[in-house]
Amino acid sequence: MNYPLYIRSAPTENELKFHYMVHTSLDVVDEKISAMGKALVDQRELYLGLLYPTEDYKVYGYVTNSKVKFVMVVDSSNTALRDNEIRSMFRKLHNSYTDVMCNPFYNPGDRIQSRAFDSMVTSMMIQVC
Amino acid sequence: MADEALFLLLHNEMVSGLYKSAEQGEVENGRCITKLENMGFRVGQGLIERFTKDTARFKDELDIMKFICKDFWTTVFKKQIDNLRTNHQGIYVLQDNKFRLLTQMSAGKQYLEHASKYLAFTCGLIRGGLSNLGIKSIVTAEVSSMPACKFQVMIQKL
Repeated sequence: MNYPLYIRSAPTENELKFHYMVHTSLDVVDEKISAMGKALVDQRELYLGLLYPTEDYKVYGYVTNSKVKFVMVVDSSNTALRDNEIRSMFRKLHNSYTDVMCNPFYNPGDRIQSRAFDSMVTSMMIQVC
Repeated sequence: MADEALFLLLHNEMVSGLYKSAEQGEVENGRCITKLENMGFRVGQGLIERFTKDTARFKDELDIMKFICKDFWTTVFKKQIDNLRTNHQGIYVLQDNKFRLLTQMSAGKQYLEHASKYLAFTCGLIRGGLSNLGIKSIVTAEVSSMPACKFQVMIQKL
């Protein structure tokens, strides 16, 4: 059962398209995770890499040990964005999520409403776009 | 990490504070253990998020239980679980021969009847930690002679 704890997009027009892409990518994430369990290669990283490329976008995934999935959709034309930059963006998201978990005003499973989390995401998106 | 005495003393105050409110009629007596367990649950959720931030992905259920017995227990109680037993069918027994929250209490049978109050929070801690890793469980504890105790984890297959 998957439902979003947090979703942000820029530009905000056609937001539904991004929501839909993220939703379909969840299947790919689940595939990758179950494949990892049976794989001979000991791939135990949290970062999943490129999930699938479309014409206009690239979708990246990351799953924590606590089964929280992070999905990032990036414009294909943004060729300057390197793999290690994507990794560090996911690390930042994971670190901020951990802080949210430890916030007494956050009830696990609720939508994330932390302003600190919001501003971290904003600054990340500004850097990329 | 803070000195372990801080958590130990704070935990003791939590238990006695909760039971004092129960005496004054603010909280039903039977609810105290549940409240302590629920507190432990939420703490366990947050703790496990922090502790697994930099670890590799867990392979399976046993991997997770070993993590609880070694890394998790060491970070919280400065020692590992002494013995882990399982029937490989979803029941695990974690044995701590010198449980940190009981060592200051007694070295045998004295105060045995109060032990369960001081174990509730830790039961919740384990349950909360497992819950955040995707495992639903029921955790109970038993003491026959302090400070040794056993935590029994029953995995609930969804």
